[in-house]
Formats: sequence, structure tokens, C-alpha cells
Amino acid sequence: MRIVCAKDCARGMLMIRNVFPVLTVVAVIFGIWYLACVPMNIKTALTEAERAGATVSTPGARERRDMSAIGLALANPAQWRDTFALKKPRLPAPHQVAVELWQTTVEKKITSKRSLVFHGWITLSATLLGFAMGTVGGILLAVGIVHSRAMDMSVMPWAIASQTIPVLAIAPMIIVVFNSIGVQGLIPKAIISAYLSFFPVVVGMVKGLRSPSAMQLDQMRTWGASKSQSFWTLRLPSSVPYLFTSLKVGIAASLLGAIVGELPTGAIRGLGARLLTGSYYGQTIQIWSALFATAILAAGLVAVIAGIERVTLKRMGYGK
Amino acid sequence: MNLVIAAVILWLAAMWVNIRIANGPADDSQGAKLAVPLIFGLTLLAMWEMIVRGMEVPMVILPAPSVIAARLTSSIPILWADFVQTFVKGALSGYVIGVIAAFVAAIAVDRSDFLRRGLLPVGNFVAALPIVGTAPILVMWYGFDWQSKAAVVVVMVFFPMLVNITAGLQETSAMQRDQMKTWAAGYWQGLWKLRLPAAMPFVFNGLKIASTLALIGAIVAEFFGSPIVGMGFRISTSVGQLALDMVWAEIVVAAIAGSLFYGGIAVIERIVTFWHPSQRRG
Repeated sequence: MRIVCAKDCARGMLMIRNVFPVLTVVAVIFGIWYLACVPMNIKTALTEAERAGATVSTPGARERRDMSAIGLALANPAQWRDTFALKKPRLPAPHQVAVELWQTTVEKKITSKRSLVFHGWITLSATLLGFAMGTVGGILLAVGIVHSRAMDMSVMPWAIASQTIPVLAIAPMIIVVFNSIGVQGLIPKAIISAYLSFFPVVVGMVKGLRSPSAMQLDQMRTWGASKSQSFWTLRLPSSVPYLFTSLKVGIAASLLGAIVGELPTGAIRGLGARLLTGSYYGQTIQIWSALFATAILAAGLVAVIAGIERVTLKRMGYGK
Repeated sequence: MNLVIAAVILWLAAMWVNIRIANGPADDSQGAKLAVPLIFGLTLLAMWEMIVRGMEVPMVILPAPSVIAARLTSSIPILWADFVQTFVKGALSGYVIGVIAAFVAAIAVDRSDFLRRGLLPVGNFVAALPIVGTAPILVMWYGFDWQSKAAVVVVMVFFPMLVNITAGLQETSAMQRDQMKTWAAGYWQGLWKLRLPAAMPFVFNGLKIASTLALIGAIVAEFFGSPIVGMGFRISTSVGQLALDMVWAEIVVAAIAGSLFYGGIAVIERIVTFWHPSQRRG
């Protein structure tokens, strides 16, 4: 018991030790972000200020176009405040993104077309469905590969090679092909997600199912265990740590697949659609808030799997 | 219909051959290891061809391999121009810049314990995010041409590389580092002669992951805006015109480019980390 506590306490100490440096780094990033807003947005801000009747250092947007942004920023300190409050900035300030995120998640009804929760759910449902399909398929194929030498020799090289090619390039085609046979919405996106999470799971599971040593397998044989008994009691339990490692890769890939799957349909619903419509209409704040929503979603999904991993592995007696 | 039946028979026959080879006496030979996946792949291709022809699947759903091959050979100039635009200009330049930037950052992180404890969790966090999402922003900043694609690739490549290089630089044992100190080696000598070579397996692991990411980044970034050349541009416009043979031809090019890129890095890895246990030939 004491050993367990010592370990947990040590981990706690380590986290506390790291909190201050991490916070500092994050604060520095936000500082740089705010600083970068001034030169990035100064030209737009000056144009708007001029229109409102203020005097600026170099009149005329065309004269300013080829000038250095930093020089302009230094010459016009009065407009610095404006660079953080533009409607369509080149780089929105962090608080603008935060306000947009708050307004589109908490203050909008979730059924609204402008709610990020609504779009996030569209993307998340495709991600989860695809992830489930890819994981189940991947595990089944891995079981087949471990038990059949012919399958191992014919499929495994292709499974490994397929990880080196940009499968994401197929995404637009899958969407359009399914569209042309009348299937729309969730399913095509889920298939892309499934495809992306499939191969990491296959490769990880094969590694995991093969992880018992020859001695352990011999031990099973001396106990007279059948093939299926040694699968359920030895191979499958020892593959779990490997499975979780590939699940974390797979869920991130699934989310990526769902987002990219939303791009070619002309962008109607989903976080990918928010990114695309934002870039069509120059709505930078919308792009950034959609980007942060995807980041939060990705981090959340990985964290959920890591949490399940920790509980499961502890229950199974790993890491003691 | 006959062709479909023929496809099924072919499948069964190829399966029988593969099972015979895999469970036969020569199953560990180099030839068997090459023949089995090849037979499997060729059978799939042949079945694809037969079923598409036999069931008269329309071109807009799935073109036959022979149609794709014909399109591939007849539009080599277009495919080459797309390849140069997306792979050489976008992916490769971004890859090189991203890797160099990650090396510089990793050494900065390595020199300061505070930075290591602060930047690494952040880097790990960012490496797990769908960074392709920054593509619309970077396209807006750097324009439609390859510069914006290279920028996307730099961002995508940077964090996995940073995490891997930093992990690799921790690889040496305290005793090895002390040994360097007793020989009066400075920081840079220790880095160059001991820690960087020891980090190479990790560096190459990162380089391999990044090679796939680079191509994905360059292609997907073109979906958000591009000049009228490039693999991502060709894929999205050909999909719009339902010219699926062209899309498949681009995918073949992307697959070849991706695996050659990866293979090239694996070959360099073999030369550089010849001393590592994973490179020993049994």
C-alpha cells in the first residue's frame, strides 16, 4: 500500500512541479499572440480609423500597402487598441476568440445553425461511429492475422505500407461516390473516419496479440489450454496496453477524417464546414473559434481514452 | 455475370496458393515473403477489374484499374506538374523548414530545464491536435501558392519532431554523460559526439511520422484554396467533374510519392543508426 501511495504522491509532486513552467509558457504564447495582433491588423485598423475621420501617419490605404507593418504600428500608437477589436482581423485577439466561443456554445440554443455545439455534435457523431467501426474491424483483422499465417503474410505488408500513404486524399471521392448513390451525411464521413483509425488499430493489435513470450505460450500449452483458451486468457489481456496506445492515435485520426470529410460537400454542417465557410467569407474569428473547438474536442477525446486506459490497466493489475 | 464468377474462382485459387506457400516448407524464405503479398495485391486488382466490368459499375462510382492506368499514362505532364507543386514545393520545403526549426527548438529546450518542463507538455498537447485546421488561416496569410502549403506543413511537422528529438536527447545514461565530462567535453561536444547520435533512433521515428503528415498537410491545405495546379486541387476539381479516373490517378501518384518518401528516410535511418538493435539482421 505504501509503495502505491509513494508512487501516486510522486506523480502528484511531478505535476505540481510542472504547473508553473507550463503556465509560464502558455502565458508567453498568449503575450506573443497579443503582440502579433498589432502589426498583423494595423493596416485594416488604420483604414477603418481613416474612414472614421482620424488622422494617421501615412494617409491612404494604397500608400500603406507596401509599407512595413511594424513601422506603421510604431508610428500609430493611437490605433493599437483598434487592432484588438476589428470585425474581420487578419489575426483575432485571444479574447475575441474566447468571446466568440462563449457566444456560440453557451449563449446560442444548441439547435441553432450558428451554435458550435450543434456543429461539434455533427462532427463528433461521425467521428465516434467511424472510430467504433474502425476499431472493431481492426481488432477482427488483427485476430485473423495472428491466427492465420497466410493472412499475416498477405495482408500485413499492405497494412504497414498503407500507413505511409496519404489516405486522406481519398476523402473527397468517398463523399462524392456515396452522394451519387444517394447516401449522405453521417455514413460517408464515418467511413473516412473508420478507414483512418483502422490501420493503426490493426498494427497495434497485432503487436499486442503477439506480445506474450514463447515461455508464456509454452506454459499455456503445458496446462493443456486450447487455442481459444490461450487467446482469451493470455493473448487478449496482454494486448490491452497496445490497444489503448493505438486507440489514442486512432481517435485523433478519426476526428481528422470527419473534419476533412466535411470539406468537399460544399460545407453545410459540422466543424469542418465552419472552417471552410469561415475561409470563404473571411470570417477569421469564426475560423479560430472552430479551430479551438476542434482542439478542445480532440484533447477531450484523447483524455477520455487515456482515462479509460488508466482505470482499465489498474484494474487488470498493470503498473503495480 | 461470368466475369464475377471468374473473379470469385480467381480469389479462391489465389487464396489456396497463398495458404500453400505460407504453410509450406519455404515459408520463411525471402521469395515467399515477397510472393505472398504480391499475389494478394494482384488478385485484388484483378478482381476489382473483373467485378467492375462484369457488373458494369458506372465510372462515377468506381473506375476499373485499367481505366485508371490509361489515365495515368496519358496525363503524365499534368500529374508531374501537380507533383512538383504539391510535393516538391509544398511538402518537401515545409518538411525541411519544420525539421530544422524543431531541432533548434529542441536544443533550446534541452539547455533549459524550465523550458523543458514548460514546453514539452504543451508540445505533446499540440501534437495530438488536428493541426490541418490551421490551413484556412495560413492560406489567408500566405496566399494561394505553395508558400501557404509549406507553412501548414511546417506547423504539422514541428511538434511531433520537437517531442521526438527532446525524448531522444534524454536517451544517454548519466554514466555516459559523466564520461564525456571526465574527458572535459563541453556542452556542444557532448551534444555532437554523444547525445545527438544516441538520439537518432527517436529522430528518425519522428522523421517517418512527419513524412506522412507532410504530404497530408500539403494536399488538404489545397482544399482551402490553391492555384490551378497541385494534387489537392486536382483531386477536388476532378471529384467535382466526376472524373474519378483522374482522382484515382492522383491517389496512385500520392501513394507512390508517400511510400518513396518514407522508404528513403528508412534507408537513411539504416545507414545512420546501423548500431541500433532494431537494425540488426537476424
